[in-house]
Amino acid sequence: MNRGGAFHPLVELTLARLREIFREPEALFWAFIFPILMSVAMAVAFPSSGSAPVPVGIRAGEGADAMRATLAASKALAPRLVAAADEARALRDGDVDLVIVPGTPPTYRFDPARAESRAARLLLDDALKRGAGRPDPWTAVEEHVSLPGSRYVDWLIPGLVGMGIIATSVWGIAFSIVQARMRKLLKRMVASPMRRSHYLLAQVLARLLFLLPEVAVPLLFGRYVIGMPLRGSLVAVAVVSLVGALSCGGLGLLIASRTKTFEAISGLVNLILLPMWIGSGVFFSASRFPAVLQPFVQALPLTAIVDALRAIILEGASLASPQVATELAILAAWGIIPFVVALKIFRWR
Amino acid sequence: MTQTETATEVAFQCTGLHKRYGDVIAVDGLSLAVRRGECFGLLGPNGAGKTTTIEILEGLLVPDAGDVEVLGLRWASHEHELRQRLGIQLQETQLADKLTVEETLKLFRSFYHRGREVGELLQLVELESKRKSWVSKLSGGQKQRLSVACALVGAPDLLFLDEPTTGLDPQSRRQLWGILERFRADGGTILLTTHYMDEAEVLCDRVAIVDHGKLIALDTPKALIATLGEPKVITHHGTLEDVFMARTGRRLREE
Repeated sequence: MNRGGAFHPLVELTLARLREIFREPEALFWAFIFPILMSVAMAVAFPSSGSAPVPVGIRAGEGADAMRATLAASKALAPRLVAAADEARALRDGDVDLVIVPGTPPTYRFDPARAESRAARLLLDDALKRGAGRPDPWTAVEEHVSLPGSRYVDWLIPGLVGMGIIATSVWGIAFSIVQARMRKLLKRMVASPMRRSHYLLAQVLARLLFLLPEVAVPLLFGRYVIGMPLRGSLVAVAVVSLVGALSCGGLGLLIASRTKTFEAISGLVNLILLPMWIGSGVFFSASRFPAVLQPFVQALPLTAIVDALRAIILEGASLASPQVATELAILAAWGIIPFVVALKIFRWR
Repeated sequence: MTQTETATEVAFQCTGLHKRYGDVIAVDGLSLAVRRGECFGLLGPNGAGKTTTIEILEGLLVPDAGDVEVLGLRWASHEHELRQRLGIQLQETQLADKLTVEETLKLFRSFYHRGREVGELLQLVELESKRKSWVSKLSGGQKQRLSVACALVGAPDLLFLDEPTTGLDPQSRRQLWGILERFRADGGTILLTTHYMDEAEVLCDRVAIVDHGKLIALDTPKALIATLGEPKVITHHGTLEDVFMARTGRRLREE
């Protein structure tokens, strides 16, 4: 077949899409730089050593200085004086985890919903009672175990990678199609002998090629700069990323199948992504949601990607492990159903 | 060339086309037949149904009623073959901004089984110096020539152009006319829509004037102008604009 020096249409279409992506600096920022910035920010905000002293406030006034001297003896606490007027702000901003009002007995002021505040209460109570002469029946032997991978940042990086996979899949594919439709380029393409399936396939292929650096960059950064463990196989990471990206590509295709404006597609993308960023356990564990919500939370594609990536990266799970296999099955369903519907309702004009 | 085509000599024809959008009748019983090698103009004011008609002929719209035959074939049964043999330029298509001229042409070239080399095409549309430029950096005239080049890339038998020179400056228009004349000299057939009378007079062998989706006149530009008779006050030569006014009592392009 004579193509006048051009490659197969699928190759040309994929190349065209890749060129468009790489000539768009914003796209590169969101895909590569943003996850790294996030990881760095998180590493700084949540230092790995868990032994930093707990900040507690002492309401300024009578007995405050004596109380401070007692508490300072405990290495686990970092007491400081807090003016009554500043107390609410200090508690709200997390400057102190608890405020103690000296007296007999003293008053502990804290929010029991905060884990840090509950821990501060125990430490403080212990230190004060010991200072008041409480005898301890025994002192436990403490074994300090530091497990690589147990830090928040280690847990966060696979979450950010998952978030990146779904965001680029949905945004990238949906936006590119809506843009082509708005520019009447879709219509021009189908006026040529181009096969429609080639066009859609090229969108997905370009997205998959883009996936490699997108997943590799934050993982390598996490591994070699932050010291995140990488226990499972890279093949398993690649398979989950690939299936995840394909699956979310189906979602991107579905929401773009008839949309004609940027406003509408932005709304649809946010409608899909924002609830998942909150519900899928990127920043905090999805298991914190009440049991009633768990079936929904677990069925989200981002939950499946993030949980599978964490199992592989942090726990060394294999693709055949029941958890990873289940997540892959969920992703397959998310890929196939929207894809089939999208093809049925797609508008080329 | 197959036997049926040499026998008919008809490049495309349509009979009794009807198309409506809700309450609006866009095309109302239009019939046309265009010969091979002809340059045929579809003239009319905005909203006359020109674009709807050309898009039906291009197989992009399905008419509510009527019959279309292009190169002896029908859209329902031979869409892929027809697309290989047609060159289409649509109104208002914006090609991808961040691809170069060469990349855009190569992309379109890859869809066709036969056709021109990209270099040859760049020469034809006078865009060699812009080969490596992004589409976003092109002027209006250059973009339009690239759009026509994308239509010519498969060496089509038949070229459909929807308002190819709307919004272009006089020099760019003439440049585009030159490209179309060369395509015709090689034996190609052209259907173009326009609301520029001078363009139709220069390029077209025959023109059909349409208004409200109906055919109101069809002949060579010269014959149409001749029907006006001698002007009572000699101010200027009769034009197709005058023909339109004489038949509808309105100007073609009402501001």
